[in-house]
Amino acid sequence: MNDMTLMDNTVDTQKIKIAAKDVNVYYGDSHAIKDVNVEIEDKTVTAFIGPSGCGKSTFLRCLNRMNDTIDICRVKGDILLDGEDIYDKRVDPVQLRAKVGMVFQKPNPFPKSIYDNVAYGPRIHGLAKNKTELDEIVEKSLRRGAIWDEVKDRLDAPGTGLSGGQQQRLCIARAVATEPEVLLMDEPCSALDPIATAQVEELIDELRSQYSVVIVTHSMQQAARVSQKTAFFHLGNLVEFGPTGQIFTNPEDPRTESYITGRIG
Amino acid sequence: MTDLSQSPAGAAPRKHGGSLLEQTPRTKRRNAAETRFRAYGIAAITAGLIMLVILVTTIVSKGTGAFQQTFVTLQVELLESKLDKKGERNIEDIKKVTTFGYAPIIKGAMEAAVEELGIETSLKAKELAGILSKDVAAQLRDYVIANPDQIGQTVEFRFLASGRVDGYMKGRVTRDSIVNDKNISPEQLDLVDALAAAGVLEKTFNLDFITGADASDARPEAAGMGVSMLGSLFMMFVVLALALPIGVAASIYLEEFAPQNWLTDLIEVNISNLAAVPSIVFGILGLAVFINYMHLPTSAPLVGGLVLTLMTLPTIIISTRASLKSVPPSIRDAALGVGASKMQAVFHHVLPLAAPGILTGTIIGLAQALGETAPLLLIGMVGFIASNAPETLADGLLAPNSAMPAQIYEWAKRADPAFYERAWGGIIILLLFLVTMNTLAVILRRRFERRW
Repeated sequence: MNDMTLMDNTVDTQKIKIAAKDVNVYYGDSHAIKDVNVEIEDKTVTAFIGPSGCGKSTFLRCLNRMNDTIDICRVKGDILLDGEDIYDKRVDPVQLRAKVGMVFQKPNPFPKSIYDNVAYGPRIHGLAKNKTELDEIVEKSLRRGAIWDEVKDRLDAPGTGLSGGQQQRLCIARAVATEPEVLLMDEPCSALDPIATAQVEELIDELRSQYSVVIVTHSMQQAARVSQKTAFFHLGNLVEFGPTGQIFTNPEDPRTESYITGRIG
Repeated sequence: MTDLSQSPAGAAPRKHGGSLLEQTPRTKRRNAAETRFRAYGIAAITAGLIMLVILVTTIVSKGTGAFQQTFVTLQVELLESKLDKKGERNIEDIKKVTTFGYAPIIKGAMEAAVEELGIETSLKAKELAGILSKDVAAQLRDYVIANPDQIGQTVEFRFLASGRVDGYMKGRVTRDSIVNDKNISPEQLDLVDALAAAGVLEKTFNLDFITGADASDARPEAAGMGVSMLGSLFMMFVVLALALPIGVAASIYLEEFAPQNWLTDLIEVNISNLAAVPSIVFGILGLAVFINYMHLPTSAPLVGGLVLTLMTLPTIIISTRASLKSVPPSIRDAALGVGASKMQAVFHHVLPLAAPGILTGTIIGLAQALGETAPLLLIGMVGFIASNAPETLADGLLAPNSAMPAQIYEWAKRADPAFYERAWGGIIILLLFLVTMNTLAVILRRRFERRW
């Protein structure tokens, strides 16, 4: 642990799960994220909204270091998870990603059975001692993913054979199976129809009881429905961050107001 | 606007005026161009198909003869006085009798057959035996050494007829074509006709062509592909054992792990270029490195396999990288997202999905290597006559041998037309292997291909 950051970090670590300080992200020469400071609370749904290309997905991917896979991407500044700098040299991104799970825009189940999709994470992290425990984890995760009833009779069927909404809930179940503390969701409903979207949103609300959820969304209605905190990004800047109700009803920044009322974006 | 409104129709002139039932000149030209293009395409395909038909019919018509051979069935009295003068059945004494010593027995058997069938001929005993292959004495001797207790008995044998007689039975040799031929005379052909009529001499399927060894210039009728097939098989083992792991490991590293910089770009360009390097270049490289520098034995399938490995690697690397690239990045993201390491993501998820493509590429690479002749020229696998099949694995890898395409080349350049026929037959066998391998590749791809 970095002593210096602990000294600075005077906020209640029980409550603040992720703290980002002066985060800058560069793709080669282009400056994608500019001096972003944000504090994400535990057991809260935080929504990132903003027009396309504003950097909200980029910032989300910084939180579990998925940007590491992009060669030209550089991250500056501190991102603290429970007070620990996740960009510290000693941090292995693999361990980090076990703690900070991720659900992607497009449902991306492995082309394997439903059971194996969910069991994969626990298997590689050694979370189950035997088959019975693994079965329990799979069932619990599928229940949390609100898909258990639909698939309990066909756990051996391929995950890719499910409908789009089911696939996305399977991916959420897969993400929670590794028992993460934070769940990052990158536009999880953009490839889904309204009914599936409603199911996933309901699920996100339930997940809040156990996880800190960060969701990137293009839909302001969705942000308003599911989140407690909202951050508005514009051109790489974090323009405004606050309680969702305040952002949508009484934004402080004129840019936020313009976006919410549909004038920019 | 006023000008337009004054036009006779009372409206703006339409760009696409005129009836739809009539084609404008522009449309006509466009359609004519399309018709012409289709005609060119059909002509090109027809030309290709005609070539293919010519190729297949030529190969089949010229090559099928090699799978049939003329045999003469004779009752042979294994005279004790010739084969075991002491009468002790001592194997060492029997072995002292050379193939030359068997000539009188063969002559005797021919005379007896002619006499029994009542065939009138002016030929002497030596000329009678001349219709048989020079291989017959060796066949007889091998039998006697293996079964010394049969000496003194009369045993029925199926002997190879000579290449000329075989050619006569297949229509390749005619009475006109042998006018200046010292190896066979019209009287002998009369004898062949008589023996054939009596059923003693007949043309049957010849398994020895597929399983046997090559034979010397004077005995085309005894030559077979079997040993060179084994040579090819051992080379393919070497290629598979080396090229697949090296190629796949190199591709995975380049595709999934290597940083993108000028060095990897350079490697990439070089691999693509290596795939187009003439195979004889790999041959001379193999000669310089494996034989002259490392002192591996010449003509050995191990060296041939190493050279063909070098040749096949670029093919395997290119196809493996292509199939790794075709795995959607979302799968990698999914694996990394649940906390898999890069290597786990690659080995648990990407590689299984790329496997059909990798296998297909490997099989096609192997098929290429199987048909490759040029590099073998330089490492001495051409022109060597392997008379025995290798008995052990080490023998198979290190003992001199040939390979199928090299064997075909060897036969095609020999003088006797009987070898020419065998070259075509060899090509049929080689093509059967290649077609089988390519079909396997297609089946694998169809069967295991996954779609997203």
